Amino acid sequence: MLEINNLHARVGETDILKGLDLTVNAGEVHAVMGPNGSGKSTLSKILAGSEDYTVTEGRVRLLGQDLLDMSPEQRAAAGVFLGFQYPVEIPGVSNMVFLKSALNAQRKTRGEPELEAGDFLAWVRHRVKQMKMDPAMLSRGVNEGFSGGEKKRNEILQMLVLEPRLMVLDETDSGLDIDALKIVAEGINALRSPERATLLVTHYQRLLDYVQPDKVHVLSGGRIIKSGGPELAHELEEKGYGWLSEQRAA
Amino acid sequence: MSTNTQDIEALVRNRPYSAGFITEIDAETLPPGLNEDVIRALSARKNEPQWMLDFRLKAYRRWLTMREPTWAHVHYPKIDYQGISYYSAPKSMKDRPKSLDEVDPKLLETYTKLGIPLKEQEMLAGVAVDVVFDSVSVGTTFKKKLAEAGVIFCSISEAVQEHPELVRKYLGTVVPFGDNFYAALNSAVFTDGSFVYIPRGVRCPMELSTYFRINERNTGQFERTLIVAEEGSHVSYLEGCTAPQRDENQLHAAVVELVALDDAQIKYSTVQNWYPGDEQGRGGIYNFVTKRGDCRGARSKISWTQVETGSAVTWKYPSCILRGDDSVGEFYSVALTHHHQQADTGTKMIHVGRNTRSTIVSKGISAGRGQQSYRGLVRVLESAENARNYTQCDSLLIGDQCGAHTFPYTEIRNPTAILEHEATTSKISDDQLFYARSRGIGEEDAVSMIVNGFCKQVFKELPMEFAVEAQKLLQISLEGAVG
Ligand SMILES: Nc1ncnc2c1ncn2[C@@H]1O[C@H](COP(=O)(O)OP(=O)(O)OP(=O)(O)O)[C@@H](O)[C@H]1O
Ligand SMILES: [Mg+2]
Repeated sequence: MLEINNLHARVGETDILKGLDLTVNAGEVHAVMGPNGSGKSTLSKILAGSEDYTVTEGRVRLLGQDLLDMSPEQRAAAGVFLGFQYPVEIPGVSNMVFLKSALNAQRKTRGEPELEAGDFLAWVRHRVKQMKMDPAMLSRGVNEGFSGGEKKRNEILQMLVLEPRLMVLDETDSGLDIDALKIVAEGINALRSPERATLLVTHYQRLLDYVQPDKVHVLSGGRIIKSGGPELAHELEEKGYGWLSEQRAA
Repeated sequence: MSTNTQDIEALVRNRPYSAGFITEIDAETLPPGLNEDVIRALSARKNEPQWMLDFRLKAYRRWLTMREPTWAHVHYPKIDYQGISYYSAPKSMKDRPKSLDEVDPKLLETYTKLGIPLKEQEMLAGVAVDVVFDSVSVGTTFKKKLAEAGVIFCSISEAVQEHPELVRKYLGTVVPFGDNFYAALNSAVFTDGSFVYIPRGVRCPMELSTYFRINERNTGQFERTLIVAEEGSHVSYLEGCTAPQRDENQLHAAVVELVALDDAQIKYSTVQNWYPGDEQGRGGIYNFVTKRGDCRGARSKISWTQVETGSAVTWKYPSCILRGDDSVGEFYSVALTHHHQQADTGTKMIHVGRNTRSTIVSKGISAGRGQQSYRGLVRVLESAENARNYTQCDSLLIGDQCGAHTFPYTEIRNPTAILEHEATTSKISDDQLFYARSRGIGEEDAVSMIVNGFCKQVFKELPMEFAVEAQKLLQISLEGAVG
């Protein structure tokens, strides 16, 4: 479903991704782990279409479409969703207005009819309930004054409302309390299906206890240096990343 | 939402400047130039009483001694005041129509194009409209219903004829004829505008609204509005403006005077959409306006809300004189400058009475090569015990060729005054844009959404229908601002 081949990307003069390969099949959940600064957020944002990075080589395909040729909004309509490591505040724009514009813009691009106000409201309320959030948050500004954990939960709410095909979640588990982590995990699992794929960027085993990955990858120095099954995450938790680079050096 | 709002929406969606059409109408226009004879001719044409002519002549003589102000942060070529025609009326208006049915269908059509159908049955329920086309008022809707409530809402020319005692009592008492260069010019040559009188204790049963439109080439529009709210009365008034798209600049120098007596409240909202000039800065309206409200009575309140997206050059400072004890003044403003537009706008709050309070919320948006200045004065006189002011002044920049400047002035003569001032300047961040786009929202929609969020504090002060209009206006005014 998602195929990344030999991806090279830079910001300014600095190369960050240096030949990254990764394939995620429909229905699968892959975890991406790796040291700070190794390029995990860079990869996530490139998938969503950020213009901060220049792709110098390689190819990214989603369901056979060439993602790199598409604008961020086209990618969203094609089913890409990025849960931001640092969700952005948009003061004065209510979550409700934001979600409705987003959903209807995507539907329009896909040639689907826009949702009626009433239907949309019912849909959003259902998702808010699922995320155990206070419906009053819908009239507050997008992430405006939200706590770190609330912002993360709001990312998953947006994801549940938009129902993407590819979910890229960049450290959505960081900053969540124990209960919130469970709710977020349930949200992710609710969208797990044979038509969807998930890329979970995380530093901790915790989230993976709730959302079982099919594969775990280690991203370091701009490349995937090791891939394995769920047991790899346990191993990393125990030993850290040092042994991997030693292994590579050897 | 009513049909009318949808009309307005449909209207403002047309791009780029949808009100830029010219109406082909046989007009009677005085030749360009200004002298006492022109003023006498203008006054005679309007069949004015002697006191009105005297007021004009006094103002004209004062104007001759005054110089055009140069302190504002705006630049424009010198205006040739002898090259402007000071009166233009569609010919068919000469034998004043008695009712809307007698109004030239072409004029009515113009207003329908603007989304302001004058036929009462088509009107947005609850809004009475007076329209001013070049120099004359075309018609006022809902007159009867208002009269039942004792409200007078008519053109100022008509008020001079029908209610001379009221006009004479209040005209020039808030903005004296020699107040400033443009106010003096207006006092000498003003042609039409609206008059509102709300009797004691009456809550005006509907929103009142005036639309101004400049149509003739080389004419100035000098409208004059006077609103008087007697003790305990309430009124909400909205002003909208458009002008055709022309290569030359046109002058608009209005004066608005508001008087609120004890416990009276006046809410004055403006959605200003004068032609701003093209992308190279050719043409557009010079908008030099004096707007002032006098909270003459105790516990009175005057609230200005303005959304300014038009004009090539704007020079405008709606002000409140807080004379009555416990009176309240408010100023909520959104001003947008794009392409080569220049705006120098802000407010003055003059605290005279005790326990007077004022609030200023100014939101400036600059895009393209737009230049914008906020100029605000808060003056607390010795008599004003316990005066309070809150000022918030935010600027939003889109792109890196535009500018925002802030000139806050304070003059405090009473130590009990408490003033709070907050100011921010921000750019629409790439992060915000990317965030919205990554959710599927297109770039221009994302910009307009972020800008609307920035302006929310002001938009929520506008009557609902006009808030929608204001949002759409911002959206079209910002087209091409990014990317
Ligand atoms: N705009 C930028 N300008 C300069 N350097 C950048 C920029 N964006 C990212 N980098 C650098 O690229 C590298 C990869 O950053 P990235 O955010 O992708 O790391 P990460 O793997 O997500 O780290 P973390 O685990 O801390 O979130 C870092 O060294 C970072 O400093
Ligand atoms: Mg990161």
